[in-house]
Amino acid sequence: MTHVASTPALSTELETTAGRCLGWLRRLRAFGLLAVFGGTWQIVSTMVLDASTATLLPPPSAVVKGAWELIETGELFRHLRDSLKRELIAFGFAALAVPLGIAMGWSKSVNEQFDILIEVLRPIPPLAWIPLSILWFGIGDTQNQFIIFLGMFFPILLNTVAGVKNIEPNLIHAARCLGASEFRILWRVVLRASLPSIVTGVRVGLGVGWMALVAAELVGANSGLGFLINDARTVLRTDYVIVGMITIGVVGLLIDRGVRLLGAWMMPWSRVMSQ
Amino acid sequence: MSVIRAIGVGKVFPGHSAADPPVRALKDVNFTVPDKEFCSLLGHSGCGKTTLLSILAGFEAPSEGRLLLDDRPIGKPGWERTMIFQDYALFPWQTVADNISFGLEMRNVKSTERRRIVEEHIALVGLKGFEKRYPHQLSGGMRQRVSIARALAVNPHVLLMDEPFAALDAQNRALMQKEMVRIWDHARKTCVLVTHSIEEAIALSDRILVMTKRPGTIKADIRVELPRPRSEDDPQVLALRRQVRDLIQDEAAVEV
Repeated sequence: MTHVASTPALSTELETTAGRCLGWLRRLRAFGLLAVFGGTWQIVSTMVLDASTATLLPPPSAVVKGAWELIETGELFRHLRDSLKRELIAFGFAALAVPLGIAMGWSKSVNEQFDILIEVLRPIPPLAWIPLSILWFGIGDTQNQFIIFLGMFFPILLNTVAGVKNIEPNLIHAARCLGASEFRILWRVVLRASLPSIVTGVRVGLGVGWMALVAAELVGANSGLGFLINDARTVLRTDYVIVGMITIGVVGLLIDRGVRLLGAWMMPWSRVMSQ
Repeated sequence: MSVIRAIGVGKVFPGHSAADPPVRALKDVNFTVPDKEFCSLLGHSGCGKTTLLSILAGFEAPSEGRLLLDDRPIGKPGWERTMIFQDYALFPWQTVADNISFGLEMRNVKSTERRRIVEEHIALVGLKGFEKRYPHQLSGGMRQRVSIARALAVNPHVLLMDEPFAALDAQNRALMQKEMVRIWDHARKTCVLVTHSIEEAIALSDRILVMTKRPGTIKADIRVELPRPRSEDDPQVLALRRQVRDLIQDEAAVEV
């Protein structure tokens, strides 16, 4: 009896192991193009280009070596830490866009006052503020944070306003019927109903801010990932430049994923977040 | 006591330009709903019945006339007049229990008392075991049960319903109408139901107010004195249905 029973159990176990292997293979398949791209790059850099041109496009193997050097000396971590710190402080200020956005979405008279001002300021790219901000704040953290703040502020604001304006009117009606005061409607209904839109705004804002950060650091900083790649350029360390660029890309991706996961965890009821 | 009285109520929505002239939605509406009576406002879409309900809830003010609850003019929305919406209007970020608890929190009811009332209403609408679900995890009929429980939990004087079962499929609609009869039997309130379904009005009401096309006014006031639950095949129900249908069809003919 026992060995009869164990046979199907064994085969199921084999099946699940096989299934798991297939699953891993399938996941690896997503990296196919990336592998081809890396391989071609390696071949072109080492075999096709001559030595002087290859300095401009170091092969992936050299980039990995450069990355290891930067990690070992702690330099990469130091620049990354400075950049993240700026992003975080700027976000602290840019978060003010949430209460302002709720006020603008909720009250016609507040909207009337702010709308024109914001519509004029919004199309000015954060980078256009760099010259003036260097004169105002000099080179360093404050100037960088100001540029990042500008990049984050408008996406968060506009998404918050849109979130408030798109609230199902009957939700407000229902809350009123159930005896909610104006303050409690804002706190308990408006804020929560527009939260998915606010989190979307934060995602976009952090992304734009991250891009603006690097631009700001290119011209007005003594540290940070933007500074790292620009500084490496002046000494022709193209491998460091590429390491810096890849770090910017990967960290930007991780920030976005992190906010999305946080949103999905905070709002299990929202379809926007689970996408 | 919760008596609703409408005296010469009219409503005109202001226009914004010559191409968008003012619209008169209601004209000289007069009726009385006695305490604990179930009253239906029946009419074609666009007859102003939902506007009338919005005025009753306090979302809109009448342009003319007076609308009284126990001889006091109806003002801002409040817990004494709760509403059940066609689209349920549940708070998607709250569980079933928290949705039902919302109005009680707004009234600052103590948490132990709140829990007791929520439990009682979950049992009343037949949602035991679903307390921790979110609205998006429920079917349309179940969502409307939550909405009914939420509206009743604050113990309002008047229950307003805006086509509450119109979004449900035929079977669920019939089931929910039966359930509404049962629930109303347990929690007697003065009720005003807005509907365009003759069957629904007959199944639920003590009284049907048939409205004319825009501008809406009360055309007929029909008492339904049949014992509940009412069978669709009952000859008296059939006769009543014919009578109401003729009244409604006259209105459709006016347009042509």
